[in-house]
Amino acid sequence: MSDTEIGLHPNDRDIAPGDERAAGREIAQSIVGYLIGLGLAMLLTAVAFFVSGTSLVWEPSIPIALMVLAIAQMGVHLVFFLHITTGAESYNNVLALAFGVLIVFLLIVGSLWIMTHLNHNMMPMERIMQMQH
Amino acid sequence: MSIAQETAALDDAYRISVGGQFYMPGAVLAERGPASKRVISAYGFWIFLLSDIVMFSAFFAAYAVLSGETAGGPSGKDLFNLTSVALQTTFLLLSSFACGVASIGARARKDFMYYGAMTATALLGAAFLLLELRDFTGMIAQGAGPGRSAFLSSFFALVGCHGLHVTLGLLWLLTMMAQVFAKGYRADIMRRVLCFALFWHTLDIIWVGIFTVVYLMGVAV
Repeated sequence: MSDTEIGLHPNDRDIAPGDERAAGREIAQSIVGYLIGLGLAMLLTAVAFFVSGTSLVWEPSIPIALMVLAIAQMGVHLVFFLHITTGAESYNNVLALAFGVLIVFLLIVGSLWIMTHLNHNMMPMERIMQMQH
Repeated sequence: MSIAQETAALDDAYRISVGGQFYMPGAVLAERGPASKRVISAYGFWIFLLSDIVMFSAFFAAYAVLSGETAGGPSGKDLFNLTSVALQTTFLLLSSFACGVASIGARARKDFMYYGAMTATALLGAAFLLLELRDFTGMIAQGAGPGRSAFLSSFFALVGCHGLHVTLGLLWLLTMMAQVFAKGYRADIMRRVLCFALFWHTLDIIWVGIFTVVYLMGVAV
């Protein structure tokens, strides 16, 4: 099986940082990284579920609090699980992510903005029904 | 600059090689060495994942616009069972963690760690899907299927699309276990394991959006 080890496949003669076999300390460090991510994500999830059902917080602020918690948790997942970090290796990934976030923002906010205006300008449903009779 | 580096810079017309094999802090981007195949594959797959996220954001936008249009039918408050949603969230989060452990196991060439963690990932993912299916069939049995109102159409489209992704991810997971079993930890197989891990973690990110926007806000508002 030794010829199927990394780097010896005909298409893969280049061994770059991160491609080589992980050993003792590196394994422990990686697992600790994932554990920190899991802990933070669990905490943020628990707080989000708690906030949605509580009367301790001023009620109109709940949706905003939930959005903030969700965005924070997405950030935790990106950094600790997907490893989209500030390292030089993920420079292009971060740029692509920034563009993706822009498109997502335009799509969601734009749709909501346009549709509330359309709703606002539309004749009330009852009057449309009356006109049909 | 050596000849090898010069040709590497010429090959890299798209400047993908930021911080590649030979990191030289003083060098301009194009003069650094080429990025490894692992970095380039992950970048390409990340572009796909972002396009998938953009597709999901269209479903999210549709849901956000239509969430109030219940046509006299049940609203989210009447239908959603937050205990089940909390369980689904826990299963998916733990599954994401197990997937991370599996990718470390693959990098360390530890069979037990890789296959064990992949099995845990698959079981937790399947538990998530079963709970989601139970919720869906319960809603449809109550007469709150996707045909009842615009709210429910957009709900089933959004959450169902995520569930479909998890189903496909489970199939991919099983093929990744089989590929490592049949071909060993070869470099090209390792890149596929990496892409699978990215896919699985991204599904969890989308689920964060779903449980916040659909379930928690649906019950709170």
